[in-house]
Amino acid sequence: MTDLSLHAATEDRPAPDEASLRDFWQLLKPRLMSLSVFTALVGMLVAPGGVHPFIGATSILWIAVGAGASGALNMWFDADIDRVMKRTRNRPIPSGRVAPSSALALGLFLAIVSVVMLDLTANWVAAAWLTFTIFFYVVIYSMWLKRTTSWNTVIGGLAGAFPPMIGWAAVTGNTPIEAWLMVGLIFMWTPPHFWALALFVKTDYHAARIPMLTVTHGRAETRRQAWFWSLGLAVVSLLASLSSIGGPMTLAVALVLNGVFLKRAWDMRHRTDADCEADGHAVERGLFKWSLVYLFAHFAVFVAEAALGPYGGW
Amino acid sequence: MHQDHELHTRRKGRNFGILGVLLSFVVLIFGLTVVKIQTGTYAEAFDHVVRPELVPSEASE
Repeated sequence: MTDLSLHAATEDRPAPDEASLRDFWQLLKPRLMSLSVFTALVGMLVAPGGVHPFIGATSILWIAVGAGASGALNMWFDADIDRVMKRTRNRPIPSGRVAPSSALALGLFLAIVSVVMLDLTANWVAAAWLTFTIFFYVVIYSMWLKRTTSWNTVIGGLAGAFPPMIGWAAVTGNTPIEAWLMVGLIFMWTPPHFWALALFVKTDYHAARIPMLTVTHGRAETRRQAWFWSLGLAVVSLLASLSSIGGPMTLAVALVLNGVFLKRAWDMRHRTDADCEADGHAVERGLFKWSLVYLFAHFAVFVAEAALGPYGGW
Repeated sequence: MHQDHELHTRRKGRNFGILGVLLSFVVLIFGLTVVKIQTGTYAEAFDHVVRPELVPSEASE
């Protein structure tokens, strides 16, 4: 141990397993965790009945830990392709700061802890959905779909869509249609969000042999698909606005959010690569930025509607 | 010697981090126990023997 450590210290970078806490934190994909925390919190706040604040906050923590475990396991499995792409080359494993076996151990440990603790803190329904989410993200998305089909973004997005339902289940112990509508909202939102990004960020997915839609079907088809998914997103959004978690205020906000989203997706659909080069992908960037506003505002208005109590909702 | 110092500093950071996580976990479990007991409903159950007071009576049905 000492020999290895001394040997490693003479090199430019730290040896695996001599990583700092920050490296392990990066392994948990904090950005992904923050989205899960936000949407799970909304699911919890709009669910009927309510829960003790301490139980609620702790449940959110375990959902975040579960999301972090998924991130660590994803990075462990994707280390080979992360090493190839510029954007991911400096991640903890490909850069050599964290050993793959440490990432695997951390991911598995946190996955088990998060599920067991969510079961003890909230209920088995929430824990079961957290288990499925981790399984879906790691096995179905990372190990299978990501490398085999251009539908990776679409189906893989489902894993990121589950947290509001887990938050809801933590309060009520069930998953009614309203919880599924929130899942559907994130599910439909993911493809246009990522495809808009893929259209203006120059990535080297082809070098890593990842079948992204822009690579397999071309940029024109990606624009067309983004438009259709935006239409689907609007439909789910309106259904959610008309359900028991919606209300007049939610409907009004949803109409504005979807109106702008559809306008930008429509504009993006009818562009050529020459147009993009001319204005520096302004429309694609515009849709991507609006998609961030869209998700935050849509989920925030669900909470606002619930906070209005008897004055909100239908 | 200087390299040793760097190594131990890095490890010390990790060890303190793990200590913090473990202590937080203990506090969390304690808090959860208190809240669960405070908010819990009927905590009594059949403990190896049948307890007549837990069997729903005809009057309550």
